[in-house]
Amino acid sequence: MNKRFALKATALAAVGLLALGLTACGKKEEAKPAPAVVAPKPEPLKIAFAYVGPVGDGGWTFAHDNARKAVEKEFGDKVKTSFVESVPESADAERVIRDMAGQGNKLIFGTTFGYADPMLKVAADFKDTKFEHATGFKSADNMRTYDSRTYEGAYMAGVIAGKVTKSNVLGVVGSIPIPEVVRNINSFTLGAQSVNPKIKTKVVWVGEWFAPPKETEAATALINGGADVLMQNTDSSAVLQTAEKMGKRAFGWDSDMTAYGPKAHLGSAVINWAPYYIKATKDALDGKWAKGDNTWWGVKEGAIDMVSVAADVPADAKAKVDEVRAGLKAGTFSIWKGPILGQDGKEVLKKDEVADDKFMSGIMFYVKGVEGKVPSGKK
Amino acid sequence: METYALLIGSTLAAGTVLALAALGLLINEKSGVVNLGAEGMMLCAALAGFASVVHTGSDWLGFAAGMAAGAILAWLAGLLIIYLNTNAYATGLALSLFGAGFSAFAGTSYVQAMLPARTNFAIPFLSDIPLVGTALFKQHPLVYAAVIIAALLVAFLYKTRAGLILRAVGENPASAHALGYNVRRIRLLAMVAGGALCGLAGAYLAVVYTPLWVQGMVAGKGWIALALTTFATWRPARVLLGAYLFGGVTMLQFHLQGEGVQIAAEFLNMLPYIATIAVLVLISRNPTWIRVNMPASLGKPFHLGT
Repeated sequence: MNKRFALKATALAAVGLLALGLTACGKKEEAKPAPAVVAPKPEPLKIAFAYVGPVGDGGWTFAHDNARKAVEKEFGDKVKTSFVESVPESADAERVIRDMAGQGNKLIFGTTFGYADPMLKVAADFKDTKFEHATGFKSADNMRTYDSRTYEGAYMAGVIAGKVTKSNVLGVVGSIPIPEVVRNINSFTLGAQSVNPKIKTKVVWVGEWFAPPKETEAATALINGGADVLMQNTDSSAVLQTAEKMGKRAFGWDSDMTAYGPKAHLGSAVINWAPYYIKATKDALDGKWAKGDNTWWGVKEGAIDMVSVAADVPADAKAKVDEVRAGLKAGTFSIWKGPILGQDGKEVLKKDEVADDKFMSGIMFYVKGVEGKVPSGKK
Repeated sequence: METYALLIGSTLAAGTVLALAALGLLINEKSGVVNLGAEGMMLCAALAGFASVVHTGSDWLGFAAGMAAGAILAWLAGLLIIYLNTNAYATGLALSLFGAGFSAFAGTSYVQAMLPARTNFAIPFLSDIPLVGTALFKQHPLVYAAVIIAALLVAFLYKTRAGLILRAVGENPASAHALGYNVRRIRLLAMVAGGALCGLAGAYLAVVYTPLWVQGMVAGKGWIALALTTFATWRPARVLLGAYLFGGVTMLQFHLQGEGVQIAAEFLNMLPYIATIAVLVLISRNPTWIRVNMPASLGKPFHLGT
C-alpha cells in the first residue's frame, strides 16, 4: 500500500489544490465590482405542467393553463412555471416528464389520465420532486392525484337540456370510455330526467380527447339521429360549432365556450383548477406537501360551475340549476342518490343510498335512458 | 327514412374532401409523376385557407389561398422531382412531413381563432323536395363543384388534345419528347394543377367541413386520397364514387354508434384502410385492369436525351 497509492493521492491533492486556487482567483476577480454582500434570495420553486392538448383548445387544456397563470399571479417571483403542450399519452409523455424533472422542476403537474404510468416511473427516480396527477388513481410517496367533479357540471347541463329539448333525444360525444366519462354521460342523463322523464341519450365515441374533425362527424351523426341538444366530453369546441352550424343546441365543456357558438350555446360546464393548483403550490412552498388521498373538488370548493347560461333558457330550468348548485355547495344534495336504475331496470343504488367515491370511480355502466353499451376494453 | 337522407347528405360532404384531393392527384399521376405529399399540401392549404378567412372574412378568398398554397408546394416538389430528378417517393414523403410540421408551427396562433358565422346552403325549390332535397340539395357549393370538376376532367383527359398530350407524357415520355412536347414542363403543370386541387380540398376541410384549425387536422385523408387513385384505377368517375364510399364508411360508423349498434369504434376506424388494401389486392390480381388505365411511366423519372 504503498507507493502507488501515495503517488495517486498526492497527484489528486495537487490537482485539487490547483483547481481550488484557480476558482479562488476567479472568484476574487468577480467579486471586485460588487463587494457588497447581497442577502441570498431563495430560488423560486420551479413548477412544470404537461398538457395533453394545445393551450389554445378553448377547453380542457385552456382551463389548466388559466390555473397555471393564476398560480403565477398568486405567488409572483416565488415560483417559476413552465409548460409543454400537446404531449401525447404515449412513451413521449415519460420523456417529456423526465425532462421536466431533470431540469430541476420540483413540482410537476400531469393533466391527463394517460400520464399515470409515465409519471409513476419518473417519480420513482426523482424522490425529491413532487408529482401531481390529474384524474388518475395511482400514487406514490411523492405522487398524488387530484380531480374535479365534472359530473356535477354535466348534471346541471342535463337539467337545462331536459327543459330545452323538443325531441327528448339528447346526444353525447364521448372521448375514451373510462369511468370519468361514463359517469358524466350518466349524470347528464340523470339531470335531464330530473326535469323530463322521457329523455333518451345517444352516445357516440370518437376514441380520442382532442380530434375536432371526428368530433364534428360524431356530432353530425347524433343530430342526424334525432338529438337536438348535445353535450361532449371531448376537449375542443367542435361539437358546439357543429350544433351552431346545424341549428341545434349544445354546451361548452371545461371552459366557457360562448364565443364559439353564440346561437347554439346553452351554458358552459367549466372547471376552475386554480384553487387546487394554488393549494398544491402552497403545500410545496411551505414544505407541507404530503402524500394524501385523491383530492376531488367540485361545486363546493369552487372548482366546478355552470356559467354563461343562455338568455332563452326557461326560467324554471335556471331556477333548478341554481337549486342544484346551492344544494351541492351546502352538501344537502347528492346527484348519485338512489333509487338509480341501470339500463336493465335493476336498481344500482337503492332508495336513499348515496354513492361513495369508490363507487363513483368505478362506474362503467349506463343508467336507464342511455342507449347502447359502454364499449368494453382497457380500464 | 329521414335519417338515411341525412346520412347520404353528410356522406357527400365527407366524401368531397377526398374527391377533390384524389382528382388532383389523378391529374398529377396521369402525367407519370407520383406525389406522396398530398397530406402535407392539404395541411398547409387548410391553414392558409383558414387564416385567410379569419383575416378577410371571405370564404372564397380562403379557397383561393388554399389552392395557391397547394400549388406552390407542388411546384417546389415538382422542381425537385422533375428537373433535379430527385427520388419522387422520398421527395413526396419529405413534403408530407414538412407540411405537417410547418403548418403546426405556423398555425399556433390560429388554434383558438374563430371564423365569421357559417351560412347554410340550400338550392331553392330543389331542397324542399322531401328526402331527396335533404340528401342532395342542401350542400356547400364546393360539394357540387367536386362533381363538376370530375366531369370536366373526364372531358379534358379523353376528349381534348391537351388531355391526350398529358396522357401521352404519362404513357411514354420518350415518345412525347421525340414528338417535340416539353415533357418536363407538362409534368410540372400537371403537378401544380394537382397541388391546387389538393389545396382546395384542404381549405374546404378547414373552412367548411370542420370550421377550425388544429394541427394534423387532415388526419390521414391525404393518404386515403392517394390510395383512392389506385382504388379507382385512374378513372375520374370511379375516383368520385370511391371518395363517397370512403366518406360513407366514416359517417356510417358514427351513425351506427348513435343507434346503439355494438361495433368497436377502433374497428370501424380501420375500415377505409382495409377497403383500400382489399381493392389493391383485387386489382393487382387482374393485370388488364391496371394495364389499361395505369400511366405506364408512373413513378419513373424522365431524363432528357433518353
